[in-house]
Amino acid sequence: MSDAILRIENVHTDIAQYHILHGVDLQVPRGAVTMLLGRNGVGKTTTLRTIIGHWPAREGRIVFDGDDITALKTSERARAGIGYVPEDMGIFSDLTVEENMVLAAASGPLDTGRRDRIFEAFPPLRTFWRSPAGTLSGGQKQMLSIARAMAEERRLFLIDEPTKGLAPAIVSTMAGALRDLKRQGASILLVEQNFAVAKALGDFAAVMDDGRIVWAGEMEQLATDAGLQERLMGLSMEAG
Amino acid sequence: MSAAPDHRPRMADLPLGERIAKAMPVLLVPILLVLGFLAIGNPSSWLTLTVSGLAMGMMIFIMASGLTLVFGLMDVINFGHGAFISVGAFVGISVVLALAEWAQAPSLLLNLGVVLLAVLAAMAITGMLGWAFERVIVKPVYGAHLKQILVTVGGLIVIEQLIHVIWGPDEIFFARPEMLKGAVTFWGAALEKYRLLAVAIGLVLFVVMRLVFRRTRIGLIVRAGVENGEMVEALGYRLRLVFIGVFIAGSALAGLGGVMWGLYQEVITAGMGEEMMILVFIVVIIGGLGSVEGAFIGALLVGLLQNYIAFLEPKLALISNIALLTAILMWRPQGMMPVVKAK
Ligand SMILES: Nc1ncnc2c1ncn2[C@@H]1O[C@H](COP(=O)(O)OP(=O)(O)O)[C@@H](O)[C@H]1O
Ligand SMILES: [Mg+2]
Repeated sequence: MSDAILRIENVHTDIAQYHILHGVDLQVPRGAVTMLLGRNGVGKTTTLRTIIGHWPAREGRIVFDGDDITALKTSERARAGIGYVPEDMGIFSDLTVEENMVLAAASGPLDTGRRDRIFEAFPPLRTFWRSPAGTLSGGQKQMLSIARAMAEERRLFLIDEPTKGLAPAIVSTMAGALRDLKRQGASILLVEQNFAVAKALGDFAAVMDDGRIVWAGEMEQLATDAGLQERLMGLSMEAG
Repeated sequence: MSAAPDHRPRMADLPLGERIAKAMPVLLVPILLVLGFLAIGNPSSWLTLTVSGLAMGMMIFIMASGLTLVFGLMDVINFGHGAFISVGAFVGISVVLALAEWAQAPSLLLNLGVVLLAVLAAMAITGMLGWAFERVIVKPVYGAHLKQILVTVGGLIVIEQLIHVIWGPDEIFFARPEMLKGAVTFWGAALEKYRLLAVAIGLVLFVVMRLVFRRTRIGLIVRAGVENGEMVEALGYRLRLVFIGVFIAGSALAGLGGVMWGLYQEVITAGMGEEMMILVFIVVIIGGLGSVEGAFIGALLVGLLQNYIAFLEPKLALISNIALLTAILMWRPQGMMPVVKAK
């Protein structure tokens, strides 16, 4: 794992007076999908929010493609090439789908070729292009949230639970789109509770517990070792 | 923006009931116009009162638009906003008095030139004042509402005292430029020229603001930022810079509102902005915090209602706006067009 696009070293994060991350160490290899797994409330979202800069790291270092970004502002991290899909999707519901996409292409006009590829991956976005994003269904909002991250060239995607609360048919659309993204060589750090999806997409996995990474390795090893899954993640991840 | 692919499902797809509910705030203005017409009975009185109400509404809107955005974007409650209204009025009226020869000349061109210069001077000064106010007074108290109230009220008092120091303790009386005095008669109704000008300026400003919000990237960033500032930053924009820009623009608009209100009253006092803030806050609250369109409709409702009631039942004029505030909040506790905040 020497060629890591992202290296997190001993990161501690506080939220208000609570100490949430207790020294997270994590490597995200270039051009692969790394799953960030673990039970509810162990700190996966907090880790992603610390990487994008919504929470400051009290201690430790975040190195992105060779540069220390620990002290950078969120907007600077985004401009450096990190696309973020938050757990709550962060859709601007008062804006149209088009306006959401126009904003997401922060460094210039939205490239039409790129837009057409996004339409292929997520056809409803073409249909509802001029509609307020607030009128989209949950699955369509999730598509828009991922599409926004794809509106520009990115070096790393941070995606937080993209299949949460979606109907099975939409879960597979979403998984398909993420697989396409992976095939294009994207580097992705993905939080996913659906173990079947995690197994299908992940190259590597890191498992968190209580604000730390407690296991890291190849996804295949985790996927084939039921005992390991049980020990690391408990029953919630057993399905699939 | 890029070309639009085929389909456009929109409002038209919603059931009728929902469509009416969505459009209701916008419909309130025509409804109030009709009710006013029925209650007043006399078309020419109604027209006079309506123009007067619209003029007042437009001026309140100009003062309120910046305040609602500042709140929506950074959750900042700025009581100091009233000071920008007063400063704008004093700077603008000083220009009018300094150019007395132009103002008294019977030339519409020269008169409007004076007003334009007064407005530009007022907006430049209040814009700069807003910038300083944000840096010195507001920035240290982000995220702390109680401190914001205390500190911005303090700022308001200091600026009012500075006005006393610079312009003296007394109110200043003056006359409007020559061609803006008096009224024109239209269908038997006397319509004050200045009020017509105020309505025109307010309308132009509203249209320009809408265009900026709908058609420009900076407008999109502001609208998105009101809803979810964190996500705007995660897309690569510095919300703080946007906020400073909005704060400056909002202060300059308050200055514009101050000049217009001063010219309307033909007297200015250091406390005039503070007095206006009651109406401004009512408008911001009934419009829905952070909503410029809500503030626009709210301001028109306040202006019209105040004028109709003052004619129909003068004793109730003082409470009409509080009654409006109460009624709207009982109907929609978040205001007419609330901005759906993330989280
Ligand atoms: N805004 C917040 N305020 C206080 N505690 C929080 C906040 N956000 C998250 N936490 C706490 O931090 C811990 C980790 O949360 P999170 O990172 O969201 O977990 P996960 O994404 O793994 O489910 C949880 O115990 C949660 O209660
Ligand atoms: Mg989470």
